[in-house]
Amino acid sequence: MIGLAPSPIGLLAVAIPDLATFVVAAAVVLASAIGVVISRNPVHSALFLVATLFGVAVLFVEQQAEFLAAVQIIVYAGAIVVLFLFVIMLLGVDRPEKISKDPLPAQRPLAAFLGLAVVAEVLALANTHWSTGAKGTAGPPGGPASNVSDLARATFTTYLLPFEITSALLVIAVIGAVVLARPPRPGEHHAEDDEQAPTEGRSLGEQPGVVEPRQEASR
Amino acid sequence: MTIPGSWYLTLAAVLFGIGGLGLLVRRNVLVMFMCVELMLNAVNLTFVTYARMLHDVGGQALVFFVLVVAAAEVVVGLGVIVGLFRRRPDATADDFHILKG
Repeated sequence: MIGLAPSPIGLLAVAIPDLATFVVAAAVVLASAIGVVISRNPVHSALFLVATLFGVAVLFVEQQAEFLAAVQIIVYAGAIVVLFLFVIMLLGVDRPEKISKDPLPAQRPLAAFLGLAVVAEVLALANTHWSTGAKGTAGPPGGPASNVSDLARATFTTYLLPFEITSALLVIAVIGAVVLARPPRPGEHHAEDDEQAPTEGRSLGEQPGVVEPRQEASR
Repeated sequence: MTIPGSWYLTLAAVLFGIGGLGLLVRRNVLVMFMCVELMLNAVNLTFVTYARMLHDVGGQALVFFVLVVAAAEVVVGLGVIVGLFRRRPDATADDFHILKG
C-alpha cells in the first residue's frame, strides 16, 4: 500500500523525473493559486487560474489519470475560464475593487486568520493517517486496459445512476441560466426596477420605498 | 519509486486553503468564484490521489461529478452575477443582500 501513513521516504528514494515533474507542477499550482487570490485585476486572476488548472492536469497525468487531465484542460481551461473571461469582458468589471467602502472593517484580518487556521489544521492532519484503507467497488485504475476504458466501465456501470442524475443537473443549470440571463421584457413588472436602479443610492434593498412595492407585487 | 501520496494530499490541502482564504478575503464576486474553483480543484486532486493510493478507479469517476457540479455552479452563478451587475455596475459581494426576499 503506497503511503497510507506518511512514511519517512527521503528524496533519494524517488525517481528524479517524477520528483522534478512533481516539484515543478506543485510550484506552478501554488504560485498561480496565490496569484489568483492577490491579483487586483480579475483578468489576471482568470489567467492565473488557467495556470493552476494546467498544473493540476500535470499532476493528474503523473498519477495515471490521463483522461481526467484532458478533461480538466478541455472543460476547465477551455470552457469555464473562457466563461469567466467572457463575463469579465462583457460586464467591464476588469478594474480593481474599491476597498475604501468596506462595510465590515474587521472582516479581512479575521478572514485571513481563519483561512490560515484552516490551512494549519489540514496540515496538522497530515501527521496522522490519511485514509482507512477501505476499498470501493469500482476496481483498480491500473491493469491491462487503458485508463479511459477503466474509467468508462466504472462510470457506466457502478456509477450509472449518479451519471444520469448529473445530466438532469446540467439541464436544470441551463434552464436556470437562461431564465436568469434573459433580459426583462418591457411588460414585466420588474422592468421599472431596472430603469430606476442606477439613479438610486448604493443599497437598493435598504430603501423601503423600493422594496415594498416588489413584495406587494410578488404576493 | 513514485512520489508518495501524502505529498499530493498536502499540496491539495494547501491549495484548498489558498482557495478558502481567497474566498474569505476577496470582495470581487468573480474572483471569489475563481477561488471556489481552486477549492474544487484541490478536492479533485485529492480524489485522484486516493484513486492511486487505494487502487480504486472510483475516485477518478467522482472527479467527473465534481466537474459537472462545478460547471452547473459556474453557469448559474455567473447568471446571477450578470443580473446583479446589470443593475449596478460597481457591485461587490456585499451588494448581494438585495437578493433577500
